[in-house]
Amino acid sequence: MREEIIVRVGAKVLAPFIIMFALYVHFHGDYSPGGGFQAGVILAAAFALLALVYGLEEVQRVLPPWFVRGCAALGVVIFAGVGVVTMLLGHNYLAYNALAPDPTHPEHGQHYGILLVELGVLVTVFGVMATVFYLFAGRKGQAP
Amino acid sequence: MAEHYPALQVVVPLLAAPLCLFVRNGRAAWGLAVLASWSALGISLVLLSRVMSSGVISYALGGWAPPIGIEYRVDIVNAWVLVIVSTIGALVAPYALTSVEREIGARRIPLFYAAYLLCLSGLLGITITGDVFNVFVFLEISSLSAYALIALGQDRRALTSAFRYLVAGSVGATFIVIGIGLLYSMTGSLNMADLAQLLPGVWESRTVKVAYGFLAVGFCLKLALFPLHLWLPNAYTYAPSPVTAFMASTATKVAVYMLLRFFLTVFGAAFSFDVMALDRVLLPLALVAIVSMSLVAIFQVNVKRLLAYSSVAQIGYMVLGLSFATVTGLTATLLHLFNHALMKGALFMAMGCVMYRIGSVRIEAMAGLGRRMPATMAAFVAGGLSLVGVPLTVGFVSKWYLILGALERGWWPVAVLVLIASLMALVYVWRVVEVAYFREFTGDERTREAPWTLLWPTWALVVLNLYFGIDAGRTAGIARQAAEVLMTGIGQ
Repeated sequence: MREEIIVRVGAKVLAPFIIMFALYVHFHGDYSPGGGFQAGVILAAAFALLALVYGLEEVQRVLPPWFVRGCAALGVVIFAGVGVVTMLLGHNYLAYNALAPDPTHPEHGQHYGILLVELGVLVTVFGVMATVFYLFAGRKGQAP
Repeated sequence: MAEHYPALQVVVPLLAAPLCLFVRNGRAAWGLAVLASWSALGISLVLLSRVMSSGVISYALGGWAPPIGIEYRVDIVNAWVLVIVSTIGALVAPYALTSVEREIGARRIPLFYAAYLLCLSGLLGITITGDVFNVFVFLEISSLSAYALIALGQDRRALTSAFRYLVAGSVGATFIVIGIGLLYSMTGSLNMADLAQLLPGVWESRTVKVAYGFLAVGFCLKLALFPLHLWLPNAYTYAPSPVTAFMASTATKVAVYMLLRFFLTVFGAAFSFDVMALDRVLLPLALVAIVSMSLVAIFQVNVKRLLAYSSVAQIGYMVLGLSFATVTGLTATLLHLFNHALMKGALFMAMGCVMYRIGSVRIEAMAGLGRRMPATMAAFVAGGLSLVGVPLTVGFVSKWYLILGALERGWWPVAVLVLIASLMALVYVWRVVEVAYFREFTGDERTREAPWTLLWPTWALVVLNLYFGIDAGRTAGIARQAAEVLMTGIGQ
């Protein structure tokens, strides 16, 4: 596919929009369908598309395997870390009310909390999806 | 901070797991794993003592009050199981360092500790939560990491056994989640205490009975009750030594806990025993498991495999205690959860020491090892005696309560069967002892005693075996209290 100019240009044009759409799905996840999981898959799909068209090596120059593995672990730290922060602020584990900037409106904390936690989900799902893709795409030796 | 202990019990190992991947160094990851395991043990001990002095602890996750939010609910039953799991975790983690460096490639060691910590936090989570869906989530966390841990074994057969375990485990987990879904459709609640109050109103519905059936099969797959045990022997045989020691002493115990929690607390003892006849279903299965698996164990040539079959038989004892449907029977079950964890942990750790030095755990390879590795084999003998149920070991205490329970019901043939099975345990333990002590050593002349880093956790478990075998009052007291809580249901 590396020779097909339409596919190459098409993938290049589409990729940023796919990434943008992933962020849209994430940030609207708290009050409409979507969320971190879907966003993570879409984000990984953008890079899978680029890898299919431009080759795995090109994508791994931008997004090395150690980085996506780190992402898989980082997301869990973000998720569990939000809980630890609320605990340090004197509330129960994952009680988002603690995150409200204005204590008179603790319910605003729910908004921030859910976005942060879902960000953790996004990062982990992206990392795992990309790792799985790399592992399968990087297999050598067998005829396709 | 103290009021957050129920959450921290799970969060500490859960947070340590991804950090292991960031440090990218085997030793540092090991340090994290030991730190997390020991803090989990400390937390569980504090929780147990607090539950014993002041009753049930309820923790509302996210500040959402139960039954809407997820509740962590610690009573004496799960505080007891938390202590079992975290004790084994705290001893397996230091043991793993030397063993893992020999059995697993250096690149994978941080991954090993990450998976181990995830497994630990999953098992602790299943135990501590008061929310049935949360049970399923933690079950998946612990199972998925367990498959990965087993697949890390040196032998290529580890991969196929991990895959078989994955298939069996996934079927089990699916059955459990179907059961939970049916319960939710009937009651609209996922909170255990809430379900316990709502379920008596819909006892008559077929949906609840079907849910019960799905849950029963799912749990029995997870706890490897005969005839659903087929995944277990290979998984235990080919897993890395510390993984076998950890899984054999915790995973099936937590599955037994799930069974008790769902069928006695959520459904209630009255429904389980009077309506669903759980005791009459489990009794024959438990007896067949005890006798047939002890018999199979006698004919094994691989000691890890022998111990794995013996584990299936021992699970039979735990289920047998439940099938008495009395407080004494349940006391025996709960006591045996702890006691079996101690003895199997010690035995599998001793096998890990043998594996470390001679690279094999086949019986014939262990000829004369009693003189070459005296401390290791002495630990094996002590663990073996406990398995048989010799007085002054924990095994005796379990068997005592089990036989007491059988006689209380007037089932003396069951008591006789338990004694016969103990003699069979003596046979398979003796086979190893005979080869190790009464044959000439034929292996490599340089074979020495296992390093102390492996020996001290093994011996710590042996000492616990003996200590709680002599001073059984405390453990039996807790087990009896827990059994009473389970039999009376949630309204204590």
